[in-house]
Amino acid sequence: MLNFFQLILIYAGIYALMAIGQNCITGYTGMLSLCHAGFFCIGSYATAIMCKTFGLSFWLSLPVAAIATGLVGLLIGIPTLRLKGDYLCIATLGLGEIIRNIATNVNPVGYNSIPRASLFGYQFASRNKLAFIVLIWVFVLIFYILFQQLAHSRIGRAMIAVREDEVAAQSNGINVTKYKISSFVLGAAMGGIAGCMQTAYTLTVQPGSYTFMVSVMVLCTVVLGGMGNGKAVILGAFIIQFISYLPQLTGLTNVIPAQAKQMIYGLLLVVMMLWRPQGILGRDRFRYGDPRTRREKIAAFFRREGRNAEGGAV
Amino acid sequence: MRILETEHLTREFGGVIAVNDVDFHVEKGLVTGLIGPNGAGKTTLFNQITGVDKPTSGRIIFDGRDITGLPAWKISRLGIARTFQNIRLYKELTVVENVMMGLHFKVGSDPFRHRFQQAVKSYIFASRENREVYRRAMEWLSFFEMEEHAQDFAGSLPYGKQRELEIARALAAEPKLLFLDEPAAGMNPSETAHLMQVVAKIRQLGVTVVLIEHDMKLVMNICDSITVLNFGVKIAEGTPNEIKHDKGVIEAYLGREEEDE
Ligand SMILES: Nc1ncnc2c1ncn2[C@@H]1O[C@H](COP(=O)(O)OP(=O)(O)O)[C@@H](O)[C@H]1O
Ligand SMILES: [Mg+2]
Repeated sequence: MLNFFQLILIYAGIYALMAIGQNCITGYTGMLSLCHAGFFCIGSYATAIMCKTFGLSFWLSLPVAAIATGLVGLLIGIPTLRLKGDYLCIATLGLGEIIRNIATNVNPVGYNSIPRASLFGYQFASRNKLAFIVLIWVFVLIFYILFQQLAHSRIGRAMIAVREDEVAAQSNGINVTKYKISSFVLGAAMGGIAGCMQTAYTLTVQPGSYTFMVSVMVLCTVVLGGMGNGKAVILGAFIIQFISYLPQLTGLTNVIPAQAKQMIYGLLLVVMMLWRPQGILGRDRFRYGDPRTRREKIAAFFRREGRNAEGGAV
Repeated sequence: MRILETEHLTREFGGVIAVNDVDFHVEKGLVTGLIGPNGAGKTTLFNQITGVDKPTSGRIIFDGRDITGLPAWKISRLGIARTFQNIRLYKELTVVENVMMGLHFKVGSDPFRHRFQQAVKSYIFASRENREVYRRAMEWLSFFEMEEHAQDFAGSLPYGKQRELEIARALAAEPKLLFLDEPAAGMNPSETAHLMQVVAKIRQLGVTVVLIEHDMKLVMNICDSITVLNFGVKIAEGTPNEIKHDKGVIEAYLGREEEDE
């Protein structure tokens, strides 16, 4: 039982990393992409190859995985991002499958016994789940903060403008293509980082784990939590992983077939679309300068402090 | 001095020639009206000039520079802003956020700095930059006497206010030339009166205004010069008084009334 809870925490973390990327692409910039499994795959493979074949450490493989995935994102993004809505969705879906097929052909059996990650002499072994939980959630926290900062910057605002209305965004001097591609590349890189974490945890890579279903789960995570809301996406990751381990948690693995969770995800998406299309927590409302927000209260406090210190000068 | 000139501007949609060989020009500092029956090609002409759509042939010269075929975002940065006939606000965002979008390249975009370096700076100093953008957005809202609506969602504003907000967002980019596509459409008489004051104020800022409008009283009152389109062709141009007495224009409008109303 505890074991499953630990697994949920680990995979919720990995999916949270992916969902942060998907949220950047779909939640903020409004592009319906469905190929995070592909990015996840590239990150995992890149890490496996770097660690095993080239003998690089995990910490060096991480940026390599992120950059490699980002580059593939760029390659995919340039031709497809001019497509809209359903068309983009289908094109990216196909590309995700292509990536998986290439990976399968490169190495059909995958990689095994990949060297462990280590930090200050401490070895991250798969059986010590607690250490992984800490490692992964430190990463989630870091990337959560980095992407929140992005969302609250000029860049994030431009991404939101693109999501809300591309024509209006262009007329406000926003280079729509540039923001779409940047957002896609950043989101892809997050998929790569999640893949790297997955490899570090399982120490094996098999092409069978990067199916279309993973992309669906990641999209589900974002839709469920709330598109364009950093916190919501992490909540979504928990819920999705909880459902995923429901048969094990309830001890009904013999009764509930493994496919059941796919049905639950599908059902969940339909219910959400009908009942709460904005997700459980809904969109993040920045409300710049609104005196009612906590952010503003804090800013006002510091402004006051600053004024006092400067002796009344603004 | 001419701030804008189009030469033989043409836009075809399949078989339809929406804008046909139009030489349109705008004098700096004046308010120019663009009128014509529905479907005359007025919006299409705006779209070509602002880069939302590309002309089939012809040239567009803005401020002595050929801007034909440039992407819309570049054209806005050169100093052309616009509003849309069917209001294109960011409806799910607040009023002040809408104006902040209009300031996109006014704050945090230094043409002398490399794009990447610029992005990193905008990222790291986001909250400082946000404060500056917010402050300037509020200034524009006070120009339009809309501060009390700052935190309302743009989509929740009454129709007339939405039109004004769209003008505020366009104006926040401090354009040299401002295009207004039917700004008074759907407004009640008091809203229209307020709009006329707003346009007068914008003119005082030194911004050249071009507006499409069906309200003849408004057009005749605030325009210094009027251009008339019919079936994509420029049929007249001149002062309001000249247009009022132009035979071709009267015919175009009388003909329309029989079909439409
Ligand atoms: N995107 C388009 N595709 C096809 N035809 C169009 C398009 N935009 C405008 N038109 C046609 O061009 C003509 C001019 O339209 P428009 O510029 O909107 O007129 P106005 O703004 O003067 O009422 C109309 O006949 C319209 O049907
Ligand atoms: Mg029109």
